[in-house]
Amino acid sequence: MSGHDHHHGHDHSELSETQLRVRALETVLTEKGYVDPAALDLLIETYEKKVGPRNGARVVAKAWADPAYRTRLIKDATPAIGELGYAGRQGEHIIALENTPKLHNMVVCTLCSCYPWPVLGLPPVWYKSAPYRSRAVADPRGVLADFGVTLPKDTKIRVWDSTAEIRYLVIPIRPASTDGWSEENLASLVTRDSMIGAGLPKQSADLK
Amino acid sequence: MNGGQDLGGTHGHGPVEPEPNEPVFHAEWEKRAFALTLAMGMPGGWNIDMGRFARENRPPAEYLSMSYYQIWFAALEKMLEERGLVARDEIDAGRSLRPPKPVKRTLSPGDVAKVLYRGGPTERETNTQAAFKLGDRVRAKTINPVTHTRLPRYVRGHVGTIERVIGCHVFPDSNASSAGENPQWLYTVRFDGRELWGLGGDPSVEVSVDAWEPYLLPAG
Repeated sequence: MSGHDHHHGHDHSELSETQLRVRALETVLTEKGYVDPAALDLLIETYEKKVGPRNGARVVAKAWADPAYRTRLIKDATPAIGELGYAGRQGEHIIALENTPKLHNMVVCTLCSCYPWPVLGLPPVWYKSAPYRSRAVADPRGVLADFGVTLPKDTKIRVWDSTAEIRYLVIPIRPASTDGWSEENLASLVTRDSMIGAGLPKQSADLK
Repeated sequence: MNGGQDLGGTHGHGPVEPEPNEPVFHAEWEKRAFALTLAMGMPGGWNIDMGRFARENRPPAEYLSMSYYQIWFAALEKMLEERGLVARDEIDAGRSLRPPKPVKRTLSPGDVAKVLYRGGPTERETNTQAAFKLGDRVRAKTINPVTHTRLPRYVRGHVGTIERVIGCHVFPDSNASSAGENPQWLYTVRFDGRELWGLGGDPSVEVSVDAWEPYLLPAG
């Protein structure tokens, strides 16, 4: 699959054609009463403004700060994540994967684009792209290098291919020198990519 | 199906290119195509597995050259036409040329938050016993259905270990057709990287898939 239209060789007229066709279909579906454009606006607004990786960052920060929450999250992530109000579509069954110095977890969907929407929002283009989907399972260290990440040789890498309706959330290693930090400050260290296992969280020095 | 979507382990796609500060959508039409697809699930009457099959079931060259939301939109058009909800001449004309077909439900603005929050859980009650338990060695079957399946080619024929008995879940291979949910036990199966990729593979890598019982055989 190519990325998106902006830099993958779809010329302007082709893009316009898609635009016109989507608009035409929306008109037809609206005229027939199958869709309400106000509902479409709300769907878009939900995933543009409300549901995104800040949700997951709150989950991770709470797991770092609150050992009892961490235990609940590892044991059964769906209700633990639900405690923070995050649930539903593409996150009906979530499993949390904890990284350690000896084990790095990485999540992919080789067959399509499965991704834990309630905690991470909609997936970025690279996650849905052929390069990531093809290589994550065969050469995860090479993929991490594309993200500028090098792990110690003796760190085991575990790749989770989301082939069913189970969604995976990676809990990265808590950065050093963050003792006593508030959950809010901890959450600011948690990047989207670190919750997929394609990156690492920011370090405390990065915030200064 | 062994289509363009089954990408695990294929070569030649180049490096992963993360986009800094990536927006959620890259064009206005992507937003509308996304929302139309979600909103039409209800009146359209298809399920997630039918949707996935509609996206992947096209020539691999086409699949690989289309952008993500182009594929979504093409699948939406296809499913609408197949069910007689919209005809091609209506999309070409940009207006409805015939009365609507009766549909069970549509998505109202007031229901959006509720419907998204509820989602579509796939776990089902069962009276059956799981055939495999934690630690069992299993072989992924060699199958090559032309229809929808969620067993990727790169694990077929390979031996792994049951790492988790997840529960009984809707079986996509059935659900994508009109055969219904046909729930089956679902497992996380872990494979050694070198079992999948040969001795040249990275020995520090393990890969798992979530596999339904009909995909698996005991492997002693």
